[in-house]
Amino acid sequence: MWGDDMSDVIHELDTRRLLCPMPVIKTQNKVRTLQTGDQLRVISTDPGSLNDIPAWCRINGHEVLETGEQGHEVYVLLRVGEDNGALF
Amino acid sequence: MTEATQPIQRRAIALVSGGLDSMLAVKVMQEQGIEVEGVNFFTGFCVEGHTHAIRKKDKDKDKRNNALWVAEQLGIKMHIIDISEEYKDVVLNPKHGYGANLNPCLDCKIFMVNQATLMINKAREFAGDRGFDFIVTGEVIGQRPKSQRKETMPIISQESGADDRLLRPLCAKNLPATLPEREGWVNRDELFDFSGRNRKPQMALAKHFGLDDFAQPAGGCCFLTDESYSNKLADLWKARNERRYELDDIMLLKVGRHLRPKPHYKLIISREEGENRFLEGYRYMFTSITTVSCPGPLALVDGNFENEEELQQAAAIVARYSKGRVQDEVTLEIRQADGVARQVTVKPALPDDVPVAWNVG
Repeated sequence: MWGDDMSDVIHELDTRRLLCPMPVIKTQNKVRTLQTGDQLRVISTDPGSLNDIPAWCRINGHEVLETGEQGHEVYVLLRVGEDNGALF
Repeated sequence: MTEATQPIQRRAIALVSGGLDSMLAVKVMQEQGIEVEGVNFFTGFCVEGHTHAIRKKDKDKDKRNNALWVAEQLGIKMHIIDISEEYKDVVLNPKHGYGANLNPCLDCKIFMVNQATLMINKAREFAGDRGFDFIVTGEVIGQRPKSQRKETMPIISQESGADDRLLRPLCAKNLPATLPEREGWVNRDELFDFSGRNRKPQMALAKHFGLDDFAQPAGGCCFLTDESYSNKLADLWKARNERRYELDDIMLLKVGRHLRPKPHYKLIISREEGENRFLEGYRYMFTSITTVSCPGPLALVDGNFENEEELQQAAAIVARYSKGRVQDEVTLEIRQADGVARQVTVKPALPDDVPVAWNVG
C-alpha cells in the first residue's frame, strides 16, 4: 500500500490526449528528474499505456505498484528504481 | 590476465525500430559479447499503435509498442527520443528527395544515425570507457528502394558523421570493414551478407536465435510511406499555401474521413466511437459539428466557412454520415473553438452530393 512506501510524495504526470509512444517518452523524461524511491502516477487516455509503461518499467528497472482504468482514462503508479535513466 | 590487460567491454547504440531486422542486428552483436542499448526515435509519423489506440474496433488487439517489446526480449535498455520538432526539416526539405510518396527515407536514416552519433560522442565525452563505441543498424542492402541501396550506405555513414563507427551486422560482409571490425571488437567472419528484398535469410536467422514473435510492418513503420497519408499531407500544404505542419496536424491526418468540399475548408469526420473520442480532444482548437437529433459522428472543420451556405453544406455532409441520413431533416450543433454554439437543421446530403473528388487521401 502507498502508506508503506519510502516516499510520501506521489508525483503526477498528465499525458492525456497523447498517443503511444509519447506517454512513455514523457514518463521516461519525468523519471530522469526524480530520485530512487520516488513515486510517479501517470495518467493517460491511450489504453496502450497500460502495456507500454509497465514494459518500459521492466526494461529500465522501475517498479509498477498499481495500474488501473477510470472511465476513458488509465493510470500507472510506479516507483523509480536505482537508475533514473539519465543518459549522462 | 592482469587487470591492466582486461579487454574493454565494447558498447554499441542500436537503432531499434521494433521490426525484425534491427532486432536481429542487436542479437548478432550480443552474440559477439557487445553490450547494446537501443534507441528509438519518435518522428510523429510512426504507425506504432496509433490507429489501434484510437479506433474502438481495434481495442482488443495487442497494442504493444514494438520497440519496447523488442528491448524486453533482448534484455537491452531502450531510449525513446522525441525528435518530432527537429524532424520537420527532414520532411520539408529532404536533400536527397522523396521516395514513392512523401517519404524522405534517405535523409531520415542520415538524420537518425546522426542523432545516434551525437549520443555516442556525448557519452564518450562524459563516460569514457563506459560510453558507446559504435552504432548498429538493421540495414540490409537492397531492402528498401530509397534508402537501403549499395550506393546509399556510404552516404549515410558519411553525412551522418558516424563514418566507420556505423556497423550493419546483417550486410557488413558486402561493405568495407568498419572500425569495430578492424579493431577486432567484433568478428567480421560472424557477420552477414544479406541483400535484396528476400526475407528468407532473416527468417532463418530469427529461427536460429529462437525468435518467433516479431513485428513485420509491410511498408515500414512510417505513415509517410503510405500513399493515402502522403496525399493528405500534400493537400494540407496546398490548402495552406505553405509547406509546414504542427504535430497536431499530422496526428489528425491519421484519423477519420477527410473531405474537402472547398479549397478553404476540410471536414474531418469520425468513423466510429474511438475516433469520436479522439477528435473530441481537439474541439477547443477547431469549429466542430455534431448531430443533435440522432446519433452521428463528430466532425472538425479545418479552415473557415466563407458564408452561411457553406456552413449549411458542411452540416448536410455530416448528417449524411449520421444515423439520420435517410430522414428528411437532421439537427446539428455547430460549435466554435471558443465554445459558442448554434443549431442548424438541414436535409442530409445524398451520396451524389458528396463527390469522390472531395475525398482527401
